[in-house]
Amino acid sequence: MKLPIKSSAVIFSLLTFGAGSALAADALTVVSWGGAYTKSQLEAYHKPYTAKFGTKIQSEDYNGGLAEVRAQVESGKVTWDVIDVEVSDAVRGCDDGLFETISSKSLPKGANGVTAEKDFIPGALTECAVGSIVWSTIYAYDADKYSGSKPTSLNDFFDVKKFPGKRGLRKGAKVNLEWALMADGVSHNEVYKVLETKAGQDRAFAKLSSIKDHVLWWEAGAQPPQMLADGEVVMTSAYNGRIFNAAVQEKKNFEIVWDKQLFDFDLFAIIKGTPRLNEAKRFVGFATATEQLANQASWISYGPTRKSSIKLISTHATSGVKMMPHMPTAPNNFKTAVLANAEFWADNGDELNERFNSWLAK
Amino acid sequence: MFVLPLLAFVSVSFVLPIFDMLFRSVDNPVVSTYLPKTIEQLTLWKGKELPKEEVFETLARELLIAKKNRTIGKVAARLNFETSGMRSAINKTVRKIKKYKGNRYKQALIKFDKRWGETNTWETIKRIGDRYTGVQYLAALDLKMGPEGKIIPQPEDRQIYVKIFLRTLWISLVVTLTCLLLAFPVSYLLATLPLRISNILMVMVLLPFWTSLLVRTTSWIVLLQRNGVVNDIIVWLGIIDDGSRIQMVYNQTGTLVAMTQILLPFMILPLYSVMKTISPSYMKAARSLGASPLRAFVRVYVPQTVPGIGAGCLLVFILSIGYYITPALVGGQSGQLISNFIAYHMKSSLNWGLAAALGTILLFAVLSLYWLYNKIVGIDNMKLG
Repeated sequence: MKLPIKSSAVIFSLLTFGAGSALAADALTVVSWGGAYTKSQLEAYHKPYTAKFGTKIQSEDYNGGLAEVRAQVESGKVTWDVIDVEVSDAVRGCDDGLFETISSKSLPKGANGVTAEKDFIPGALTECAVGSIVWSTIYAYDADKYSGSKPTSLNDFFDVKKFPGKRGLRKGAKVNLEWALMADGVSHNEVYKVLETKAGQDRAFAKLSSIKDHVLWWEAGAQPPQMLADGEVVMTSAYNGRIFNAAVQEKKNFEIVWDKQLFDFDLFAIIKGTPRLNEAKRFVGFATATEQLANQASWISYGPTRKSSIKLISTHATSGVKMMPHMPTAPNNFKTAVLANAEFWADNGDELNERFNSWLAK
Repeated sequence: MFVLPLLAFVSVSFVLPIFDMLFRSVDNPVVSTYLPKTIEQLTLWKGKELPKEEVFETLARELLIAKKNRTIGKVAARLNFETSGMRSAINKTVRKIKKYKGNRYKQALIKFDKRWGETNTWETIKRIGDRYTGVQYLAALDLKMGPEGKIIPQPEDRQIYVKIFLRTLWISLVVTLTCLLLAFPVSYLLATLPLRISNILMVMVLLPFWTSLLVRTTSWIVLLQRNGVVNDIIVWLGIIDDGSRIQMVYNQTGTLVAMTQILLPFMILPLYSVMKTISPSYMKAARSLGASPLRAFVRVYVPQTVPGIGAGCLLVFILSIGYYITPALVGGQSGQLISNFIAYHMKSSLNWGLAAALGTILLFAVLSLYWLYNKIVGIDNMKLG
C-alpha cells in the first residue's frame, strides 16, 4: 500500500519535470527557514560556495518539522539535498534513518589548526548533522512603552501585576515549561531534572496557568516582532535574531531580556538517498568552516558554533553595529543561559505537547 | 472515452489518497516488522508476570539488528507514542547490549533500564505488535487500552480531541447560520434589483471571492486586533476607553468573523441562482389572493428557495468543517479546529497514524451529515448554481 504515495510522487515529478529538470540536474538544493536567516546564509555560504566551486545553489524555505523529509525518503524521490534543522529533529531524523551520517573527521580544521571535534562547541556536532549557529529564545519588550521601571528578569515576564499587559508566547510546550519552572523558583541548572517528574510538570503548568489569560500565542518566528510593533503585546518570547533585525533594520526600540535564555543549535543535515551526496558533503564542510561561520554572524545575530570563529566576528554588514554584544553567547548575556535539552524533548515532547494542547483548549 | 483522463486524474489525486489514509489509520507495521520474533514469542505470554528469559534474549538480539539497519529510531518513536520515555530507554539499552558479553539477558536488561522489569512495558509491546490495530481511533476519541485489554478514558489532562471535534461542529454550525442570515437578503436584492444595479452588487460579492484567502484573513487581523481599525474607531467614538480595548481576534470571535466573511459567497451564489428563477408573479398572485406581504413571503417565496438554502448550507458547512488556514492565523487558543490538530500530527509529531484516524473520523462525520441531508431534504432537490 505504499503505491499511492509513490505513484502520485511519480506523476507529480512528471508534471514538474519540464520546469525543474534544467536546475535539478546540477544545482544543490539547500532548505532553510526563510526570511532574514536564509538571507544571511545566502550571503555567507551560498554565494562564496558558487563562486569557488561553480555549483549553483537552489534555496528553498520550510517551516521546520520532518514531514516533508520523511515523505521524500519514503517515496524515494529525494529532491532536497541539505536541510537546516533544530537539534531535536537532527537527533530524531538520524534515528529514523532520514539523514546521512557525517563524520566529524571529514570537516575542515579550525583556522588555528584545531580539529573540528575540538573546535565546535559541545553539542553542536551530532552523528548526522553539523551545527552552524547558536540561537536563543529570549523575551523582548518595546522600550517606548515603558517610562518607569523596565522588565529585567524572567520573573518580570510572569509578573502581570508589576508589568500589566498581554504577553506573547510560542504555542508549544518547549521553552514555556522550562521558563515557568524557573520563574517558579527552580534553579536553571536543575530545570530538566524537575521537569522529568510528574510533580514538576504539574508545577510548570500551574505556573503557566497563572498568566494564561494574559497570553497571545504565536507560531511563526516572524510573528512576535510584528505583535510587539502593532502593540498587540507588551512583551513576547522570540528568537533573538528576529528582534535584533527589527531593532537594527527597522529602527524599533526593542530591548531583549537575556535572563534565563534558552539556547539551541541549528544544524545542517544531508537527506538520505540524495543523488548529490558528495556535493552536499562538500557544501556542509564549506559552510561550517571558520570563516563562513564568522561571516554569517555579520548578517544576523546568531552566534557561530566554532570557537575559532568567535574572534573573527566583526560588525553588521549593512548598519555597522558591533555584533558581539548581540550574540547569545556574549558573556554578559550568557550568565543564566540554559541549553535546550534535545534528549528530554525527544523523549517527552509528544506527551507534553499533547498535555499542552489539552491545557490550551480548556 | 473522453472521461478517461479525468477518471484517472480523480482516482490518482482523490480516491487513492483517501484509501491510503484509511489504510494508514489502522496500519501499524513498525513493531511487527522490526521485532517479529519478539512479538511471536510474546503471543504465548499471559501477562501475569514478566516474560521468560528467552523473550528478553530475542528482544536484545532484534534491537541490535534494528540498530545496525538504522530502523531502531522507528521502533523507539512508535513505542514512545504509547509511553513517554521509551525512546531513551531503548536507545540506552541498545548502547549497553552492544558491550554486554554475558548471556543472562533478563537480569541485564532490567539493570540497563528498570522499565524492562515492568509488565506494563511488555504489554505495550505486545499490544502494538499487531499488524493492524484500532489504537489510533481510541487515541482520536480520547480513549486508550488499559491493563488487561480494557478500554479506558485517557487521563483528564490529555483529553482533547472529542472537545475539538465538538467545537469544530459548533463553529461550523454557527458560521453556516450566520452566512445564511447575511446571504439571504443580499441574494434577494441581487435577484430582484434592476440588472444595472445588481451587476454592481454582484461584483462586490465576487471581488472578495476572487481575492486570496490569505490576504482576506490577514486583513481581518488588521481590522480586529487590539490596535486595529475597529478598536480605534470605538475608542475614538468614546464608547470604551483606551485601556479596555476589546480582544476580537486570536480567539473564537476572530475565527467566526473571518470564516463567515470568507465563506459568504458560497452561500450567496446558490441562493441567488435559485431566486433568479422564481417568477415575481407567484408573490403577486399570493398578494392578490389576500395574503399579507410577510405571509406571502414566508409561505410562498421562502419554500421555493429551499434548494438554494440546502445547497448553500451544505457547501458552507462542509467547507468550514475542514477549515485550516483561517483558524490557524486568527484562532488563537480557543479558535483552533480539528484540521489544525491533524496538521500538527502530520508536520510536528509525525504521528501519521493518529492524523489519519482523525481525518477518517472527520470524513465519516461529513459523509453521515450528507446522508442525513439526503434523507431529510433530498439531494436531487439541491441546486448549486
